[in-house]
Amino acid sequence: MAEVAAVVKPKPRPIIRIGLFLISHSLLVSIICCVAGVLTLLLLPVLAKNTYISENALMPGSASPMLSSADASDGHIFLNKIMSIDSISTNTGIEIPEMIGKHIIESGGEVNYHQIQPISDNFHPLQFFLGPDVGIVRENYSCTSYGINTVGIVRAPRGDGKEAIVIVTPYNSVKTTTSEALSLGVAYSVFSLLSRVSWLAKDIIWLAADSRHGEHAAVAAWLRDYYALSRGDLEKNQDMCGASSVLGHELTSVKRNGVSNGFRRAGTMAAALVIKVAERSTGFEKDGLKIYAEASNGQMPNLDLINIVNYLAVHGQGLQVRVEKIWSLLDSWWLYSLGELQELLGKVAKSLNPDWKIGIPASDYVEGCATLASSLYNQALGVPTGPHGAFRDFQVDSITLEFSPRFSSSQRVLFLLHAGRLVEGVIRSVNNLLEKFHQSFFLYLMTSPNRFVSVGIYMIAFALLIAPLPLVAAALFSDASKSKSGKDDVSLEPSHPGESIPTFTAWNWLHTAKTVLIVHLWGAIVTIIPYFLCQFPNSSPLTSLLMWTVSSLVGLFFTCAASGSLSIPRASQLQIREWTLLKAVTVAAAFIGLCLMSVINYATAQIGALLLVPMCLMAVPLRIDVSAKTMKALLHGACNILLVFAGFPPTAFLLLRGALDSFDRVRLDDFWNWTESLRAWNSATYIYICMVHLPCWVLCIRILLHRR
Amino acid sequence: MSRLKSFLLLFLALFSATASVRVEELNEEFTEALLLRPLPDRKVLAHFHFRSSAPPSQRYGRHHRIFPKSIYQLVHKFQVREMELSFTQGRWNYERWGGFDPISSSNAKPPGVELWAEFDVPHDQVDDSWKNLTHALSGLFCASINFLERSTSYSAPHWSFGSASGKLRYGTLPREAVCTENLTPWLKLLPCRDKAGLSSLMDRPSIYRGYYHSQRLHLKSDESDASETSTGIVLEQILTVVLRPETFSEKALQPNWSLSSLFGRSVSGKCSLSSSSNVYVQFEQNLVSAGDKLREVSEASENAISVGEGFQDNPLFELSLLPKRVIRESGNFQKAGSILYEFSVEDSNEFKPFDLRLNWKTPVAWSSPQAPLQASRFLLGSGNERGAIAISMKSTRSTNNVEGTGGYDENECWLRVGIFQMVPWYVKVYYHTLKLFLDGKPQSSMENIEKILVSPSEDKVSTGVMELILRLPCSVHTAALTLEFDKGFLHIDEYPPDANQGFDIPSAVIHFADFVANMSLHENSLKQEPILSKLQEEVPVISYTEVLLVPLTTPDFSMPYNVITITCTVFALYFGSLLNALRRRVSEDEKLLSGKGARKAGPLMLMISKLTAKLRGKPQEPPELSDSGRSSSKYKLIAKVVLVAGVAAAWQFYFQ
Repeated sequence: MAEVAAVVKPKPRPIIRIGLFLISHSLLVSIICCVAGVLTLLLLPVLAKNTYISENALMPGSASPMLSSADASDGHIFLNKIMSIDSISTNTGIEIPEMIGKHIIESGGEVNYHQIQPISDNFHPLQFFLGPDVGIVRENYSCTSYGINTVGIVRAPRGDGKEAIVIVTPYNSVKTTTSEALSLGVAYSVFSLLSRVSWLAKDIIWLAADSRHGEHAAVAAWLRDYYALSRGDLEKNQDMCGASSVLGHELTSVKRNGVSNGFRRAGTMAAALVIKVAERSTGFEKDGLKIYAEASNGQMPNLDLINIVNYLAVHGQGLQVRVEKIWSLLDSWWLYSLGELQELLGKVAKSLNPDWKIGIPASDYVEGCATLASSLYNQALGVPTGPHGAFRDFQVDSITLEFSPRFSSSQRVLFLLHAGRLVEGVIRSVNNLLEKFHQSFFLYLMTSPNRFVSVGIYMIAFALLIAPLPLVAAALFSDASKSKSGKDDVSLEPSHPGESIPTFTAWNWLHTAKTVLIVHLWGAIVTIIPYFLCQFPNSSPLTSLLMWTVSSLVGLFFTCAASGSLSIPRASQLQIREWTLLKAVTVAAAFIGLCLMSVINYATAQIGALLLVPMCLMAVPLRIDVSAKTMKALLHGACNILLVFAGFPPTAFLLLRGALDSFDRVRLDDFWNWTESLRAWNSATYIYICMVHLPCWVLCIRILLHRR
Repeated sequence: MSRLKSFLLLFLALFSATASVRVEELNEEFTEALLLRPLPDRKVLAHFHFRSSAPPSQRYGRHHRIFPKSIYQLVHKFQVREMELSFTQGRWNYERWGGFDPISSSNAKPPGVELWAEFDVPHDQVDDSWKNLTHALSGLFCASINFLERSTSYSAPHWSFGSASGKLRYGTLPREAVCTENLTPWLKLLPCRDKAGLSSLMDRPSIYRGYYHSQRLHLKSDESDASETSTGIVLEQILTVVLRPETFSEKALQPNWSLSSLFGRSVSGKCSLSSSSNVYVQFEQNLVSAGDKLREVSEASENAISVGEGFQDNPLFELSLLPKRVIRESGNFQKAGSILYEFSVEDSNEFKPFDLRLNWKTPVAWSSPQAPLQASRFLLGSGNERGAIAISMKSTRSTNNVEGTGGYDENECWLRVGIFQMVPWYVKVYYHTLKLFLDGKPQSSMENIEKILVSPSEDKVSTGVMELILRLPCSVHTAALTLEFDKGFLHIDEYPPDANQGFDIPSAVIHFADFVANMSLHENSLKQEPILSKLQEEVPVISYTEVLLVPLTTPDFSMPYNVITITCTVFALYFGSLLNALRRRVSEDEKLLSGKGARKAGPLMLMISKLTAKLRGKPQEPPELSDSGRSSSKYKLIAKVVLVAGVAAAWQFYFQ
């Protein structure tokens, strides 16, 4: 009557029963969850919502633009002056800042010059946690090369000066292109208008950033000084390396008022707009506008900022607004067929109930997917897509507006008018804002300029993908402990009477946990190695990459030898099912790593989960597959090898590159350059790759190669 | 003409004589004046000055003819010795509009409301009087001055504001919006309101269109002082506005303006209750010297007369009316001081309104006198955790024209700078982190601090106050002061409306004790005019820094609802399980379970158990999970629901 006894045993609570049920069916559950996760990810363009302006105070477009064609033609004259300066052969990079400064003073603003020096890219592995340093910027400048940012400020006539809006126009002061001059022209026409208007409540800062050392560096240097006690605050007469005399002379001849001898500030920044003009024309009927929003570590500006730009550009100025997309995805047949499938499903659903409006046209779907993929990739990369990224590091919402005009030089004034009116409208809208941006979303993915997926929806895909991990870990663990407890009774107790470690089977996982921990520790070492490699200058990317690989391998060998965990197979029966325990702990570690990463940068975690989850779940020693000698087992083994091959970070990167671009141009040293750029931007993705993905990959290989 | 002039002068002399006699006779007095001054950046400063005085009530009685009753009651009720209330919109631009003259020192105020008052009551009653006063003023001026009542919004400065009696309280409301609703009650205190006299110029749209607008009320009383010398209550009402004349003159030339173009109105006669009603046009020292220079150039060719005497032949500008008199400030050294042209509006009437006009003849650029150090204040750092306040002061010496204030001896010369900084409690300043940088070099701060008084803030009780007197060498170019702070957390109901904007740190007050801003007009008769005597008063040079906006962490204010929901859920779960545990009987459960084992399972259940057994690859076990009778009814229910749903779908599909 064993049955009766089992029945009488008090049954566990329902929630535990569900858990046990799921664990016992972990294989099925993991397959369902993974497939559902990928499907949800593919369905995101369908689930995207239309954007709407959440903050009522913004009121975009409620006032008619004041920028007249006279202002635009002023901007055009300004542009021509810049171009004429640029054509002079003896351009030392001082003339344009001087000219800008002169014009700012004439229009009634205040000017100061900010000197920047190319900063050595220091490696701060954890800087994204700490944020920019508070303190005093005191660096030793040498007079070899420096850029001069020109900063113009309009004080709001009746404002209290607590807040400011920033316009940024990056340009190269040594070699200014027409498009850069155009962006300066736009900024100037807006700035001169704003110096006359009476509705300003926030101060306006125009930063003409000298981009000869990079756009981002110039803006970031200015921002660092803005938020710290800078040289301009501490020293009255900065020596501008010979420029001071020229500047000083030039400016006294203009007017003494308004030129400051130090760093000028204007309150807390409410928003920042970076204005750029694309080199090439779009080839479209209308002038185009491209919005870049991704800042470092996948941070996005408030959605309202994008909304007002989009609204004003489309409804106010009739521009064609785009966000970045991956073009190669646009003509992929499988995506298109998926789109047609969902369109069909949507039609069926609609025929059932006309209120069910799921399903979008297939072409829209493909376009949404391409945009979404680009949005996801850019966020995952953690590298800002423009100079606006520097602002986000200081919690300032900012975007880059890249205009692409239909080029014909006669219509430049018209272009300046349109672009200027858009910028004016956005500034007026932000000016209306009493509080800082907080109403709308901060966590979202764009699928088109006016559609977005919010965090509540895109988290589902990720949650479904990682949900099987703890289940599988628990299932494997219970399997391992069960099988061991079966064997313990028979063999273990008599064979090792003298072993000091108590043979608590439940504690066996600690041993494997040690292994996993050591591999993750090795991951940390791999993270730091490039810092030492950077000490050797003049090494080509390929050699650096090779050195990195070799030193990592050596490091792996030494760590393992030192800990004695990986290389010494203990010939006890304890090791027989060790791989299940190892897999359990690996899967658990991957789960923890992915969860942590999703907090820091969701997109990285999402893409990482796509690679890591199948790899971790499938991993089974190859010997088992080989010894089984069935078709299914061999297929399983092949799948494993393929996943592990594709899961190795360099190959994953190169494959992705090749798939999106073309395989001809893919070179191995691209990977080194890529990781170097990640390091330079202090991206958390780099740390994720080295400290979560790579150790898990190594552990998977370890499982695959496990000796039976 | 000259006859008329002399007659007029005689009349004036007589009038002033009688006026002085009247003062002896204890009488109320009211005067009005307007001072206009062109500013270097194409704007015009208009400074209205109204002064009412009442003799002490012990000798004069309590009934007043001119003096506003509400103010008199205020003074008596709360025993106010001195009080100043200002409503300001916009910022005074110290760099362009000057920071070393009496007008900027005493009339440039921080944005919003600033109130300080000194009481003549025992120390323990001061706070109560302050609270009552704020409420009274709040009602009087239609402003939320009553928010200054809370102890977290005012402070008791020890030496930074005038007297060190300890009976002075100071508070500011940087976010107070200033508009006509504040101006109207202020105008009601004037005997003629804005119906006659100079105040009739105050066309609301024009004066609020300006770049700076500060309406001030200064009260001084020695009522409680019973001695013979007491002067009673003096109420000064001052409105300072900076306007931009709207003209379409060429860019290089300063804009021409007239009273009617500035204000949209003109004066038709004085307020008949006022004893004097004058308009002054002031030209700053630097402008005068620029004019002198210009004349020297032109003198070579023609024989011009000096600016003071022949204003008609002035090379710089032209005034449309003949001034009543020209007052020259006795300049220091060889330089000329500023010049005041005085006009009287008494002759004007409705048919011949007083409309002064200034026309510029040649382009001229000058700069206003600057305070010895130009201060600015800003925040360092970002993030929601901590930050720092920095006050940076830059020497204006290269552009300064006020030498002679104790001749600079580079070696043994010290510049004393007082700083008064009030910080609300949620900005937790660590005063020990005070750092001082002189010319970029960090200093051990004790060396340069002459006197410091810090009263740290107490959470939700009082503000933090720092009063500091720095002793800087005169040769210093820049001085910077930093103070680190932590950002505090507020309770959810302590957040003000629009909390996401951030929180204000009131302006710091920088005062230069060694420097006095006054005009030295040597003629004694000028003391009769209140505005002129005010200009001659020795006031320390004071400047205010910017208001700072500190973004603090703000909760999602829909959070309470989430909390309510979650709490309710937790309660429901708790009570559910509690009831479950209470009403369960173990013996019955066991009976039920054993009975169940005997019962036969439903057919569907059997099928499912077979299926699961197949899936598991284990031999089939009889179903043991639940009450089969109940489950079969459940399945029936589900089947019914599915049936109904299917019928509905088919219906829907059919009627497409």
